[in-house]
Amino acid sequence: MEWLAPLLEGNNIFTVSTMNEYWKGLVNTLQLVLLSLVVGGLLAIPLALARSYGKPWLNGPVWFFTYVFRGTPLIVQLYIIYYGSSFTLQDTFLWPVFKEAFYPALIAFALNTAAYTTEILRGAIQQTPRGEIEAAKAYGMSQARLVQRIVLPSAFRRALPAYSNEVIFMLHASAVASTVTILDLTGAAYLVYSRFYAPFEAFIFVALVYLCVTFAIIGLFRALEKRLLAHLHAAT
Amino acid sequence: MSGLTSADGAPLVAEDIYKCFGDLEVLKGISMTANKGDVISLIGSSGSGKSTFLRCLNLLEIPTAGDIRLYGEQVGFKTTRRGERQPSSARQVERLRARLSMVFQSFNLWGHMTVLENVIEAPVHVLKVPRKEAQERAERYLNKVGIWDRRDYYPAQMSGGQQQRAAIARGLAMEPEVMLFDEPTSALDPELVGEVLKVMRSLAEEGRTMVVVTHEMAFAREVSSQVMFLHEGQIEEAGSPDRVFNNPDSERMKQFLAPRY
Repeated sequence: MEWLAPLLEGNNIFTVSTMNEYWKGLVNTLQLVLLSLVVGGLLAIPLALARSYGKPWLNGPVWFFTYVFRGTPLIVQLYIIYYGSSFTLQDTFLWPVFKEAFYPALIAFALNTAAYTTEILRGAIQQTPRGEIEAAKAYGMSQARLVQRIVLPSAFRRALPAYSNEVIFMLHASAVASTVTILDLTGAAYLVYSRFYAPFEAFIFVALVYLCVTFAIIGLFRALEKRLLAHLHAAT
Repeated sequence: MSGLTSADGAPLVAEDIYKCFGDLEVLKGISMTANKGDVISLIGSSGSGKSTFLRCLNLLEIPTAGDIRLYGEQVGFKTTRRGERQPSSARQVERLRARLSMVFQSFNLWGHMTVLENVIEAPVHVLKVPRKEAQERAERYLNKVGIWDRRDYYPAQMSGGQQQRAAIARGLAMEPEVMLFDEPTSALDPELVGEVLKVMRSLAEEGRTMVVVTHEMAFAREVSSQVMFLHEGQIEEAGSPDRVFNNPDSERMKQFLAPRY
């Protein structure tokens, strides 16, 4: 960060050490969000299939899971897992993992985004055109192959716009990680605020960082949609 | 193909097919034998059961009673505990379907794949044809139906006539024993019907075995080897197109053919 020094010359609040805090916060936030999205996304695929095709004994519990995680605030879920684990897991082999706030937060975020993504994907699966499924059957595909080759590829594409909202929502919601001692972006902003007692500088700056990340996500999804949703656009 | 002639049975035989939807009896005992090279047209007013019958042939609908045989191989059925009739082996159904390509009224191409991918899909993933060979096959049949230059388009980017021709190429790429057509021109604008019928006519001329549900009387009359006129789930009139169209016994068939306006 030394290269920043000349740029920040004469600035009392935004010193190199302040920028270092923000940078570490950004890295933490991105790590947490990305990992949660990967874990949550991988969980969501089988869960969405269970919701769409599962027998009641499978569909029911999955419905209950998504209902609970979408029906309660993320911060409450985080508290239950973070404080709950310190009460129940202290003396177990899991404690070295859970005593870092990062892992309870990762679990809470991953389960939360899994719940939302499951329902997004389930909706997209159910919107698969009936005729396309019928054609797949008529050409001799088994149920499993039909799901793998026709239903999921088509559902992923349909789910993309709604999923991009979920990703942005997850980025913003990750700010609650700062309440359990994680120095994420918001945590870094709070640190700067309390050090200089300068709320506007500290938080407006972090708001701008969030905005930039959001725009990057939007751009990424726009590029993806352009590629993967080409089949929905008329020829030019 | 020549080893599989009538000694093993006709390519496709349906015997005494019944189909009920709840209390509604849609098919009341329909039989059909498609010999090699036959083009059988199923005609009749809407609700007569002709599409349902066609869909029973590849088991998209499960007949309530009756038998289906492909080159003598009979589809096995079992009755579930709830009293429903089900094919006894999903494997067998998949294998038989792969030998009967179906062309749908609303094309039903897979929207997220290009035309070429649509045509390659089932040969590669169902028949396990090597990709390279499937690709050559696909290009050959796309060329045949005249849309080779559109192979990289997505279905939504093409006209209905082009989509239906792509769907026919998809069917041909399976190199099926029988092709089933379910009102292939009914969803098309009038000026696009011709291009699809032209392709179908050329397939008939090659000696492909086809079962066609259609409202195109000129096609049924000129191209078919057999015509079956269905009325209220039964065969009301069947025979050569010449006899069915020019000299029908049935009063209903006469009414059906009479100019309506």
